[in-house]
Amino acid sequence: MSQEILLEDMQCVYQKPATLTDDYMHYCPGCGHAVAHKILMEVVQEMGIQEDIVGVAPVGCSVFAYNYMNIDMQEAAHGRASAAATGIKRVLPEKYVFAYQGDGDLAAIGTAETIHTINRGENILIVFINNGIYGMTGGQMAPTSLLGQKTSTSPYGRDVEHNGYPLKITDLIAHLPGAYYVTRQAVHTPNTVRKFKKAIKNAFEFQKLKKGTCFIEVVSNCPSGWKMTPKETLAYIEEKMLPEYPLGDLKVPTQNNN
Amino acid sequence: MYITDEIIIAGFGGQGVLSMGKILAYAAIYENRETSWMPSYGPEMRGGTANCITIISEKKISSPIVSKFDSAIILNQPSLEKFEDHVKQHGFLFYEASTIIKPPAREDIMVYKIAAIEEANKMGKKQISNMIMLGAFLEIKPLVKMESVLAALKKVLPERHHHLLPVNEQALIRGKELIEVNYHVSV
Amino acid sequence: METKKSEVRLMKGNEALAEAAIRAGLDAYFGYPITPQSEILEYFTEQIPKRRGVVLQAESEVASINMVYGAAGAGARVMTSSSSPGMSLMQEGISYIAAAELPCLLVNVVRGGPGLGTIQPSQGDYFQATKGGGHGDYRLIVLAPSSVQEMCDFVFDAFKLAEKYRNPAMILSDGALGQMMEKVEFPEEGSLPHIVPDWATTGKKGRERNFITSLHMEPEKMEEINLHLQKKYKTIEENEVRYETLDVEDAEIVLVAFGLPARICQKAVELAREKGIKAGLVRPITLFPFPKKILSDLSKKIDHFLVIELNAGQMVEDVMLAANGNCPVHFKGRMGGMIIQPEDVLEEIEKIIQQPILQE
Repeated sequence: MSQEILLEDMQCVYQKPATLTDDYMHYCPGCGHAVAHKILMEVVQEMGIQEDIVGVAPVGCSVFAYNYMNIDMQEAAHGRASAAATGIKRVLPEKYVFAYQGDGDLAAIGTAETIHTINRGENILIVFINNGIYGMTGGQMAPTSLLGQKTSTSPYGRDVEHNGYPLKITDLIAHLPGAYYVTRQAVHTPNTVRKFKKAIKNAFEFQKLKKGTCFIEVVSNCPSGWKMTPKETLAYIEEKMLPEYPLGDLKVPTQNNN
Repeated sequence: MYITDEIIIAGFGGQGVLSMGKILAYAAIYENRETSWMPSYGPEMRGGTANCITIISEKKISSPIVSKFDSAIILNQPSLEKFEDHVKQHGFLFYEASTIIKPPAREDIMVYKIAAIEEANKMGKKQISNMIMLGAFLEIKPLVKMESVLAALKKVLPERHHHLLPVNEQALIRGKELIEVNYHVSV
Repeated sequence: METKKSEVRLMKGNEALAEAAIRAGLDAYFGYPITPQSEILEYFTEQIPKRRGVVLQAESEVASINMVYGAAGAGARVMTSSSSPGMSLMQEGISYIAAAELPCLLVNVVRGGPGLGTIQPSQGDYFQATKGGGHGDYRLIVLAPSSVQEMCDFVFDAFKLAEKYRNPAMILSDGALGQMMEKVEFPEEGSLPHIVPDWATTGKKGRERNFITSLHMEPEKMEEINLHLQKKYKTIEENEVRYETLDVEDAEIVLVAFGLPARICQKAVELAREKGIKAGLVRPITLFPFPKKILSDLSKKIDHFLVIELNAGQMVEDVMLAANGNCPVHFKGRMGGMIIQPEDVLEEIEKIIQQPILQE
């Protein structure tokens, strides 16, 4: 009883956005997905577009994104989120549409769809969570796994001769004329979270103007797959991931001359 | 008259074989008849030969694919060898004179030899030999009216070639004349 | 001019199908070129910009079917088309569509296989079309046209059935039917109204959120969904069977064929009757649901079934199940793009009826 009175007296300084459902997230402690979901939904709430947006969840850890995001959503086949998003956007051109995909989904099995969706300049946002590993299936090597990185399918470390190089797909995408805004962000520090949020906001503003595809890579972590504590993953991001995948804009509208 | 006429038209690709069949089919629907047009199928499509089966009928057509024909219009030697035996008894076979050096041997069918390429060259447009063949065919078998054929020709010939409509019409007439002159037939 | 009901046109099967789809209120088409059905995509890319709807040449059949998934989930009347190898590529997506219960039209203009095969007509995809095709227990509603007119009419029927049952519907055609020309009369444009369904993901304005998925981690839930799907398929089997018969009343031998071969068989029945042979024909129009009952009933009255297909013998298995041992079921097929002739069928009929019937 006394506690309730106390709560009433308190000023609310932080709360989860109404655009997130009350479901408990299944993500592992420390996983970047949870932060990325929340920031994405914060922007949807702040922009007041909750009723005018359709999202697409991939196959991967974020396959259940539709359980947490309180908006209309579709769950796509592995790698095909951007194709499904194309289908949605083409028949609902006035709605906001985004695809939320991981590295296996977007940069391995779905590479063709990714490249062609962006090459067509579909007016959608693609959020690409790059944590260098297949989380959902238990820590297998991803196209973005680092050289030397040990995973359940590269137990001796990723070897160039055998597995090739980490795929910097965002760099490739930035070259496509259909891409309007391409940026690489992260969500492991307060500062990177703020920048990520700004990027999401930019992307939806650009989508409204029908300028082409906006693409946001998020260099993220996977405590379970990396076999590290959440805190250790933060250092790994800084020391290993960011040198390979440096943060910042790869293509901004001024470069498009419009 | 004819309740159903099952026609095979065969020759090399580029001789206008498929168009001839299409013209007959369009002419048939302009006269409110039943029709089907089936282009080459099966392995014979290889090797540059083409054929189509056009059926014109007073009643609904069951199979658009048949292997016995009332009429055959043949524009090259391999097609003659392939289809001569497929003409029904008392059927009609029209063949192009200069491309077919070994003429048909059957005696239980009506055979017409048409010097279509030679005539077309005389008329200064070798591409119209198919229309000469078609004119000859229609003189013997007036399945559709000339006015329907001309309307069909306009439909089948791409618009950018419509300036060639008169010469095609002349070719049809020339084909009819060849029959009259060589076979003393007047219908 | 375009919408006059009495308008008769001479058209290729593929073009008639595409024209029919536009008149049926198609919102979106996604597809990838493959012979012998590229005229469908070509017709749409020429016509849709001048009329209404979305047409998009995708980067692959895989992308096409997933675009169909997205657009169907967003409540649009949507379709794709392909030919055998392309249809194989789509199977994963079709399974998702069936599981998520999204209505759409799939067109398979079948060519000879297996592998890259040939571009000539075939019915080698009967199993794939009628038994599911992709992973898991699901069914498509499958319509098999046998004329250019039906290539048109079945587009309307397929959209109606797909939307009524929230299930993908397929038109199973073949290369010859796609390429041949016949007379066709079109229904008026706008005669098949489409209401955006309330389950579609169109933005959650004024309602709870919608989501489209085929993933259910709890096996209990997944079984429940399977039971629901099976119940739906049963309802379809009870209500939507379509077939055509010819001269079966006094028949001693009944041919069973679908699609273009059914017309070849019609001619064979005519030829047989001319020779005094009591032949008849059953043409299944819906391949799923399969016309089991008529075949079962006939099997008790006739001496023989003869199944004619352009494959190694696929539908014949369903005819055997329906006949259930009541009468012998014979089969004659051509493969790899070869077509059977009416005379070949007649020869087969004569061979069968000349065999002495073994008395037990």
